[in-house]
Amino acid sequence: MKIQVLGSGCPTCKKLFEITKQAVKELGLKIEVEYITDIQKIVEMGVMQSPVLAIDGKPAITGFLPDIEKIKETIKKFI
Amino acid sequence: MNIFYHIKNFADWITFDVFGIEQTTHLGDSVNFFIYDSIKIIILLLIINYFMAIVRHYLPVEKLRDFLASRKWYGLDYFFASVFGTITPFCSCSSIPLFIGFIEAGIPLGVTLSFLITSPLVNQVAVVLFAGLFGWKIMILYVISAMLLGIFGGFILGKLKLEKYVADYVWQIKSQKLEIKNNKEKFSALIKKFWHEGFDLTKKITSYVLLGIAVGATIHGYVPAGFFENYIKADNFFAVPIATIVAVPMYANAVGVIPIMQSLVEKGIPLGTAMAFMMAVVGLSLPEALILKRVMKIKLLAYFFGITTINIIILGYLFNAFVK
Repeated sequence: MKIQVLGSGCPTCKKLFEITKQAVKELGLKIEVEYITDIQKIVEMGVMQSPVLAIDGKPAITGFLPDIEKIKETIKKFI
Repeated sequence: MNIFYHIKNFADWITFDVFGIEQTTHLGDSVNFFIYDSIKIIILLLIINYFMAIVRHYLPVEKLRDFLASRKWYGLDYFFASVFGTITPFCSCSSIPLFIGFIEAGIPLGVTLSFLITSPLVNQVAVVLFAGLFGWKIMILYVISAMLLGIFGGFILGKLKLEKYVADYVWQIKSQKLEIKNNKEKFSALIKKFWHEGFDLTKKITSYVLLGIAVGATIHGYVPAGFFENYIKADNFFAVPIATIVAVPMYANAVGVIPIMQSLVEKGIPLGTAMAFMMAVVGLSLPEALILKRVMKIKLLAYFFGITTINIIILGYLFNAFVK
Protein backbone atom coordinates (compact mmCIF):
# COMPACT_ATOMS: atom_id res chain seq x y z
CA MET A 1 0.00 0.00 0.00
CA LYS A 2 1.21 3.48 -0.88
CA ILE A 3 0.08 6.44 1.20
CA GLN A 4 0.65 9.99 -0.01
CA VAL A 5 -0.31 13.39 1.25
CA LEU A 6 -0.44 16.03 -1.44
CA GLY A 7 -0.60 19.72 -0.73
CA SER A 8 0.47 23.08 -1.95
CA GLY A 9 2.58 23.65 1.13
CA CYS A 10 -0.11 25.36 3.20
CA PRO A 11 -0.26 24.79 6.96
CA THR A 12 -3.37 22.61 6.67
CA CYS A 13 -1.59 20.33 4.21
CA LYS A 14 1.43 19.96 6.49
CA LYS A 15 -0.83 19.14 9.37
CA LEU A 16 -2.57 16.41 7.38
CA PHE A 17 0.85 14.93 6.65
CA GLU A 18 1.76 14.91 10.35
CA ILE A 19 -1.54 13.37 11.42
CA THR A 20 -1.38 10.74 8.71
CA LYS A 21 2.10 9.69 9.83
CA GLN A 22 0.76 9.44 13.35
CA ALA A 23 -2.22 7.38 12.17
CA VAL A 24 0.01 4.96 10.29
CA LYS A 25 2.18 4.54 13.36
CA GLU A 26 -0.80 3.94 15.62
CA LEU A 27 -2.13 1.33 13.23
CA GLY A 28 1.23 -0.42 13.44
CA LEU A 29 1.81 -0.28 9.70
CA LYS A 30 5.27 -0.25 8.24
CA ILE A 31 4.61 2.27 5.51
CA GLU A 32 6.39 5.47 4.63
CA VAL A 33 3.97 8.33 4.16
CA GLU A 34 5.02 10.45 1.21
CA TYR A 35 4.56 14.22 1.20
CA ILE A 36 4.18 15.77 -2.23
CA THR A 37 3.99 19.49 -2.88
CA ASP A 38 4.11 19.26 -6.66
CA ILE A 39 0.83 20.84 -7.72
CA GLN A 40 0.87 19.13 -11.07
CA LYS A 41 0.56 15.80 -9.29
CA ILE A 42 -2.57 16.98 -7.48
CA VAL A 43 -4.18 18.24 -10.63
CA GLU A 44 -3.23 15.13 -12.55
CA MET A 45 -5.20 13.13 -10.04
CA GLY A 46 -8.22 15.16 -11.07
CA VAL A 47 -8.58 16.74 -7.64
CA MET A 48 -9.25 20.44 -7.23
CA GLN A 49 -8.98 20.86 -3.51
CA SER A 50 -6.00 20.41 -1.31
CA PRO A 51 -4.88 18.82 0.91
CA VAL A 52 -5.29 15.35 -0.52
CA LEU A 53 -4.76 12.02 1.16
CA ALA A 54 -4.13 9.50 -1.60
CA ILE A 55 -3.95 5.76 -1.13
CA ASP A 56 -2.44 3.69 -3.92
CA GLY A 57 -2.51 6.72 -6.17
CA LYS A 58 -6.23 7.38 -5.70
CA PRO A 59 -7.57 10.33 -3.73
CA ALA A 60 -9.30 9.13 -0.56
CA ILE A 61 -9.81 12.36 1.36
CA THR A 62 -9.75 15.77 -0.31
CA GLY A 63 -10.18 19.35 0.67
CA PHE A 64 -10.33 19.25 4.43
CA LEU A 65 -8.40 18.23 7.51
CA PRO A 66 -10.01 15.16 9.09
CA ASP A 67 -9.28 13.96 12.59
CA ILE A 68 -6.97 11.04 13.18
CA GLU A 69 -9.77 8.50 13.67
CA LYS A 70 -11.20 9.29 10.27
CA ILE A 71 -7.78 8.83 8.69
CA LYS A 72 -7.29 5.48 10.41
CA GLU A 73 -10.71 4.36 9.24
CA THR A 74 -9.91 5.37 5.67
CA ILE A 75 -6.58 3.57 5.68
CA LYS A 76 -8.11 0.45 7.19
CA LYS A 77 -10.49 0.14 4.27
CA PHE A 78 -7.52 -0.41 2.00
CA ILE A 79 -5.65 -2.93 4.11
CA MET B 1 -39.36 40.26 15.65
CA ASN B 2 -36.29 39.09 17.45
CA ILE B 3 -35.62 35.39 17.58
CA PHE B 4 -32.64 36.07 19.77
CA TYR B 5 -34.74 37.55 22.54
CA HIS B 6 -34.35 34.57 24.87
CA ILE B 7 -30.62 34.42 24.35
CA LYS B 8 -30.42 38.07 25.31
CA ASN B 9 -32.33 37.38 28.52
CA PHE B 10 -30.08 34.46 29.27
CA ALA B 11 -26.94 36.55 28.70
CA ASP B 12 -28.32 39.28 30.98
CA TRP B 13 -29.09 36.74 33.68
CA ILE B 14 -25.61 35.15 33.54
CA THR B 15 -23.75 38.47 33.51
CA PHE B 16 -25.71 40.51 36.00
CA ASP B 17 -27.22 37.86 38.32
CA VAL B 18 -24.87 34.88 38.26
CA PHE B 19 -21.58 36.76 37.86
CA GLY B 20 -23.00 39.74 39.74
CA ILE B 21 -21.28 42.28 37.52
CA GLU B 22 -22.64 45.81 37.73
CA GLN B 23 -24.80 46.55 34.70
CA THR B 24 -23.37 49.95 33.94
CA THR B 25 -19.66 49.06 34.05
CA HIS B 26 -17.35 48.53 31.07
CA LEU B 27 -16.75 44.99 32.22
CA GLY B 28 -20.45 44.22 32.44
CA ASP B 29 -20.96 45.62 28.98
CA SER B 30 -18.18 43.53 27.48
CA VAL B 31 -19.06 40.28 29.24
CA ASN B 32 -22.74 40.60 28.43
CA PHE B 33 -21.95 41.32 24.80
CA PHE B 34 -19.56 38.39 24.61
CA ILE B 35 -21.96 35.85 26.10
CA TYR B 36 -24.88 37.00 24.00
CA ASP B 37 -22.99 37.05 20.72
CA SER B 38 -21.12 33.80 21.31
CA ILE B 39 -24.26 31.79 22.03
CA LYS B 40 -26.17 33.34 19.17
CA ILE B 41 -23.40 32.76 16.66
CA ILE B 42 -22.56 29.22 17.70
CA ILE B 43 -26.22 28.21 17.36
CA LEU B 44 -26.37 29.79 13.90
CA LEU B 45 -23.10 28.12 12.93
CA LEU B 46 -24.37 24.68 13.93
CA ILE B 47 -27.44 25.13 11.77
CA ILE B 48 -25.72 26.50 8.71
CA ASN B 49 -22.79 24.08 8.84
CA TYR B 50 -25.28 21.26 8.78
CA PHE B 51 -26.95 22.65 5.67
CA MET B 52 -23.63 23.29 3.99
CA ALA B 53 -22.60 19.68 4.57
CA ILE B 54 -25.70 18.69 2.62
CA VAL B 55 -25.00 21.16 -0.18
CA ARG B 56 -21.43 19.99 -0.48
CA HIS B 57 -22.41 16.37 -0.62
CA TYR B 58 -24.68 16.94 -3.59
CA LEU B 59 -22.64 19.68 -5.26
CA PRO B 60 -18.93 18.90 -5.01
CA VAL B 61 -16.70 21.41 -6.74
CA GLU B 62 -15.95 18.91 -9.53
CA LYS B 63 -19.61 18.91 -10.47
CA LEU B 64 -19.74 22.70 -10.47
CA ARG B 65 -16.71 22.80 -12.74
CA ASP B 66 -18.27 20.31 -15.15
CA PHE B 67 -21.44 22.41 -15.19
CA LEU B 68 -19.50 25.53 -16.15
CA ALA B 69 -17.50 23.70 -18.77
CA SER B 70 -20.48 21.87 -20.24
CA ARG B 71 -21.54 24.51 -22.78
CA LYS B 72 -21.25 28.14 -23.84
CA TRP B 73 -22.99 30.37 -21.34
CA TYR B 74 -22.70 33.75 -23.08
CA GLY B 75 -21.72 35.68 -19.98
CA LEU B 76 -24.03 33.93 -17.56
CA ASP B 77 -21.04 31.86 -16.51
CA TYR B 78 -19.60 34.83 -14.60
CA PHE B 79 -22.72 34.85 -12.52
CA PHE B 80 -22.69 31.09 -11.95
CA ALA B 81 -18.99 31.05 -11.09
CA SER B 82 -19.62 33.72 -8.50
CA VAL B 83 -22.58 31.84 -7.01
CA PHE B 84 -20.49 28.68 -6.84
CA GLY B 85 -17.76 30.69 -5.16
CA THR B 86 -20.15 31.48 -2.34
CA ILE B 87 -21.07 27.85 -1.62
CA THR B 88 -17.68 26.19 -1.89
CA PRO B 89 -15.43 26.13 1.13
CA PHE B 90 -12.30 28.04 0.48
CA CYS B 91 -8.85 27.53 1.78
CA SER B 92 -6.07 29.39 0.05
CA CYS B 93 -4.31 26.05 -0.23
CA SER B 94 -6.97 25.06 -2.76
CA SER B 95 -6.69 28.10 -4.96
CA ILE B 96 -4.03 26.63 -7.24
CA PRO B 97 -5.58 23.23 -7.92
CA LEU B 98 -8.90 25.03 -8.42
CA PHE B 99 -7.40 27.50 -10.83
CA ILE B 100 -5.67 24.83 -12.89
CA GLY B 101 -8.68 22.53 -12.71
CA PHE B 102 -10.99 25.21 -14.08
CA ILE B 103 -8.62 26.32 -16.84
CA GLU B 104 -7.88 22.76 -17.79
CA ALA B 105 -11.59 22.01 -18.13
CA GLY B 106 -11.82 24.82 -20.68
CA ILE B 107 -13.51 27.39 -18.47
CA PRO B 108 -12.56 30.93 -19.59
CA LEU B 109 -9.92 32.74 -17.52
CA GLY B 110 -12.28 35.58 -16.56
CA VAL B 111 -14.89 33.15 -15.26
CA THR B 112 -12.25 31.29 -13.25
CA LEU B 113 -11.18 34.59 -11.71
CA SER B 114 -14.81 35.44 -10.85
CA PHE B 115 -14.83 32.29 -8.79
CA LEU B 116 -11.48 33.07 -7.17
CA ILE B 117 -12.58 36.56 -6.16
CA THR B 118 -15.90 35.61 -4.57
CA SER B 119 -14.86 32.37 -2.94
CA PRO B 120 -12.79 33.63 0.01
CA LEU B 121 -15.19 36.53 0.66
CA VAL B 122 -18.32 34.50 1.18
CA ASN B 123 -18.55 31.32 3.15
CA GLN B 124 -21.13 30.16 5.61
CA VAL B 125 -19.17 31.38 8.60
CA ALA B 126 -18.90 34.90 7.21
CA VAL B 127 -22.62 34.81 6.45
CA VAL B 128 -23.49 33.76 9.99
CA LEU B 129 -21.26 36.40 11.50
CA PHE B 130 -22.78 39.11 9.35
CA ALA B 131 -26.32 37.98 10.07
CA GLY B 132 -25.65 37.65 13.79
CA LEU B 133 -23.70 40.86 14.29
CA PHE B 134 -25.06 43.22 11.64
CA GLY B 135 -28.50 41.81 10.93
CA TRP B 136 -30.01 40.13 7.89
CA LYS B 137 -30.17 43.19 5.67
CA ILE B 138 -26.46 43.94 5.84
CA MET B 139 -25.68 40.24 5.45
CA ILE B 140 -27.62 40.04 2.21
CA LEU B 141 -26.07 43.27 0.95
CA TYR B 142 -22.65 41.88 1.76
CA VAL B 143 -23.21 38.63 -0.12
CA ILE B 144 -24.57 40.49 -3.15
CA SER B 145 -21.61 42.89 -3.05
CA ALA B 146 -19.10 40.06 -2.91
CA MET B 147 -20.82 38.42 -5.87
CA LEU B 148 -20.80 41.67 -7.84
CA LEU B 149 -17.09 42.04 -7.10
CA GLY B 150 -16.54 38.59 -8.56
CA ILE B 151 -18.82 39.05 -11.56
CA PHE B 152 -17.51 42.46 -12.59
CA GLY B 153 -13.91 41.75 -11.69
CA GLY B 154 -13.94 38.50 -13.64
CA PHE B 155 -15.73 40.11 -16.56
CA ILE B 156 -13.25 42.99 -16.86
CA LEU B 157 -10.28 40.66 -16.48
CA GLY B 158 -11.79 38.36 -19.09
CA LYS B 159 -12.15 41.22 -21.56
CA LEU B 160 -8.50 42.20 -21.12
CA LYS B 161 -7.36 38.99 -22.85
CA LEU B 162 -4.78 38.04 -20.28
CA GLU B 163 -4.53 34.36 -21.18
CA LYS B 164 -0.92 34.75 -22.27
CA TYR B 165 -0.02 35.73 -18.72
CA VAL B 166 -1.09 32.43 -17.23
CA ALA B 167 1.98 30.33 -16.42
CA ASP B 168 2.74 28.30 -19.52
CA TYR B 169 2.78 24.88 -17.88
CA VAL B 170 -0.83 25.31 -16.81
CA TRP B 171 -2.01 24.93 -20.40
CA GLN B 172 -0.16 21.66 -20.76
CA ILE B 173 -1.53 19.83 -17.76
CA LYS B 174 -3.89 17.03 -18.53
CA SER B 175 -5.70 15.54 -15.62
CA GLN B 176 -7.28 12.17 -15.49
CA LYS B 177 -11.01 12.18 -15.22
CA LEU B 178 -11.85 11.38 -11.67
CA GLU B 179 -14.80 9.10 -11.67
CA ILE B 180 -17.22 10.68 -9.24
CA LYS B 181 -17.96 8.08 -6.66
CA ASN B 182 -21.58 7.37 -6.42
CA ASN B 183 -21.68 4.92 -3.62
CA LYS B 184 -25.28 4.78 -2.59
CA GLU B 185 -25.41 5.61 1.05
CA LYS B 186 -28.51 5.09 3.09
CA PHE B 187 -30.46 8.21 3.81
CA SER B 188 -30.23 7.71 7.55
CA ALA B 189 -26.47 7.24 7.29
CA LEU B 190 -26.25 10.43 5.26
CA ILE B 191 -28.16 12.44 7.83
CA LYS B 192 -25.74 11.26 10.45
CA LYS B 193 -22.80 12.04 8.24
CA PHE B 194 -24.04 15.60 7.57
CA TRP B 195 -24.51 16.18 11.27
CA HIS B 196 -21.01 14.92 12.04
CA GLU B 197 -19.42 17.04 9.35
CA GLY B 198 -21.31 20.13 10.38
CA PHE B 199 -20.56 19.59 14.04
CA ASP B 200 -16.86 18.92 13.42
CA LEU B 201 -16.51 22.09 11.41
CA THR B 202 -18.32 24.13 14.04
CA LYS B 203 -16.06 22.68 16.71
CA LYS B 204 -12.97 23.45 14.68
CA ILE B 205 -13.76 27.13 14.13
CA THR B 206 -15.38 27.91 17.49
CA SER B 207 -12.16 28.99 19.16
CA TYR B 208 -11.41 31.47 16.36
CA VAL B 209 -14.95 32.79 16.44
CA LEU B 210 -14.81 33.24 20.21
CA LEU B 211 -11.48 35.01 19.97
CA GLY B 212 -12.87 37.41 17.37
CA ILE B 213 -15.97 38.07 19.47
CA ALA B 214 -13.85 38.58 22.58
CA VAL B 215 -11.82 41.31 20.90
CA GLY B 216 -15.02 42.79 19.52
CA ALA B 217 -16.66 42.66 22.97
CA THR B 218 -13.69 44.40 24.56
CA ILE B 219 -13.91 47.21 22.04
CA HIS B 220 -17.65 47.31 22.60
CA GLY B 221 -17.30 47.76 26.35
CA TYR B 222 -14.19 49.88 26.71
CA VAL B 223 -13.85 52.10 23.67
CA PRO B 224 -16.06 55.18 23.98
CA ALA B 225 -18.71 55.77 21.35
CA GLY B 226 -17.53 57.96 18.50
CA PHE B 227 -13.92 57.34 19.46
CA PHE B 228 -12.70 56.71 15.94
CA GLU B 229 -14.40 59.72 14.48
CA ASN B 230 -11.46 61.78 15.68
CA TYR B 231 -9.19 59.78 13.40
CA ILE B 232 -11.35 58.71 10.53
CA LYS B 233 -13.90 61.37 9.76
CA ALA B 234 -16.97 59.98 8.10
CA ASP B 235 -16.62 62.53 5.33
CA ASN B 236 -12.91 61.99 4.81
CA PHE B 237 -12.73 61.30 1.12
CA PHE B 238 -9.56 59.24 1.33
CA ALA B 239 -10.61 56.97 4.18
CA VAL B 240 -11.91 54.22 1.91
CA PRO B 241 -8.92 53.91 -0.43
CA ILE B 242 -6.47 54.16 2.44
CA ALA B 243 -8.28 51.48 4.47
CA THR B 244 -8.41 49.22 1.41
CA ILE B 245 -4.82 49.63 0.31
CA VAL B 246 -3.49 49.14 3.83
CA ALA B 247 -5.54 45.94 4.06
CA VAL B 248 -4.52 44.35 0.75
CA PRO B 249 -1.23 42.79 1.88
CA MET B 250 -2.67 41.68 5.24
CA TYR B 251 -4.41 38.42 5.70
CA ALA B 252 -6.87 37.24 8.28
CA ASN B 253 -9.78 34.90 8.11
CA ALA B 254 -13.26 36.39 7.85
CA VAL B 255 -14.02 34.64 11.14
CA GLY B 256 -11.66 36.85 13.10
CA VAL B 257 -12.20 40.10 11.24
CA ILE B 258 -15.98 40.46 11.17
CA PRO B 259 -16.62 40.73 14.94
CA ILE B 260 -13.87 43.32 15.25
CA MET B 261 -15.24 45.18 12.25
CA GLN B 262 -18.69 45.24 13.83
CA SER B 263 -17.37 46.89 16.99
CA LEU B 264 -15.49 49.45 14.95
CA VAL B 265 -18.61 50.34 13.01
CA GLU B 266 -20.52 50.65 16.25
CA LYS B 267 -17.90 53.09 17.51
CA GLY B 268 -18.20 55.37 14.53
CA ILE B 269 -16.25 53.98 11.59
CA PRO B 270 -18.45 54.21 8.49
CA LEU B 271 -19.76 50.84 7.33
CA GLY B 272 -18.43 51.15 3.78
CA THR B 273 -14.93 51.98 5.01
CA ALA B 274 -14.93 49.05 7.43
CA MET B 275 -16.32 46.69 4.82
CA ALA B 276 -13.77 47.71 2.21
CA PHE B 277 -11.06 47.07 4.78
CA MET B 278 -12.52 43.68 5.67
CA MET B 279 -12.93 42.59 2.05
CA ALA B 280 -9.37 43.54 1.22
CA VAL B 281 -8.05 41.66 4.25
CA VAL B 282 -10.03 38.52 3.53
CA GLY B 283 -10.01 38.53 -0.26
CA LEU B 284 -6.55 39.73 -1.15
CA SER B 285 -3.31 39.16 0.68
CA LEU B 286 0.41 38.82 0.23
CA PRO B 287 0.38 35.07 1.01
CA GLU B 288 -2.40 34.60 -1.55
CA ALA B 289 -0.33 36.52 -4.12
CA LEU B 290 2.67 34.32 -3.46
CA ILE B 291 0.58 31.20 -3.94
CA LEU B 292 -1.05 32.47 -7.13
CA LYS B 293 2.31 33.51 -8.51
CA ARG B 294 2.95 29.84 -9.17
CA VAL B 295 0.23 29.84 -11.82
CA MET B 296 0.11 33.47 -12.92
CA LYS B 297 2.75 35.65 -14.47
CA ILE B 298 3.33 38.91 -12.67
CA LYS B 299 1.25 40.96 -15.09
CA LEU B 300 -1.88 38.87 -14.62
CA LEU B 301 -1.37 38.91 -10.88
CA ALA B 302 -1.04 42.69 -10.94
CA TYR B 303 -4.23 43.08 -12.98
CA PHE B 304 -6.08 40.64 -10.73
CA PHE B 305 -5.10 42.47 -7.56
CA GLY B 306 -5.35 45.93 -9.09
CA ILE B 307 -8.84 45.58 -10.50
CA THR B 308 -10.17 43.82 -7.44
CA THR B 309 -8.72 46.55 -5.21
CA ILE B 310 -10.32 49.31 -7.30
CA ASN B 311 -13.67 47.50 -7.24
CA ILE B 312 -13.51 47.12 -3.47
CA ILE B 313 -12.83 50.85 -3.11
CA ILE B 314 -15.81 51.70 -5.35
CA LEU B 315 -17.98 49.36 -3.30
CA GLY B 316 -16.82 51.02 -0.08
CA TYR B 317 -17.89 54.44 -1.42
CA LEU B 318 -21.25 53.07 -2.54
CA PHE B 319 -21.90 51.60 0.90
CA ASN B 320 -20.97 54.83 2.62
CA ALA B 321 -23.22 56.77 0.28
CA PHE B 322 -26.29 54.55 0.26
CA VAL B 323 -26.37 52.19 3.24
CA LYS B 324 -27.32 53.84 6.48
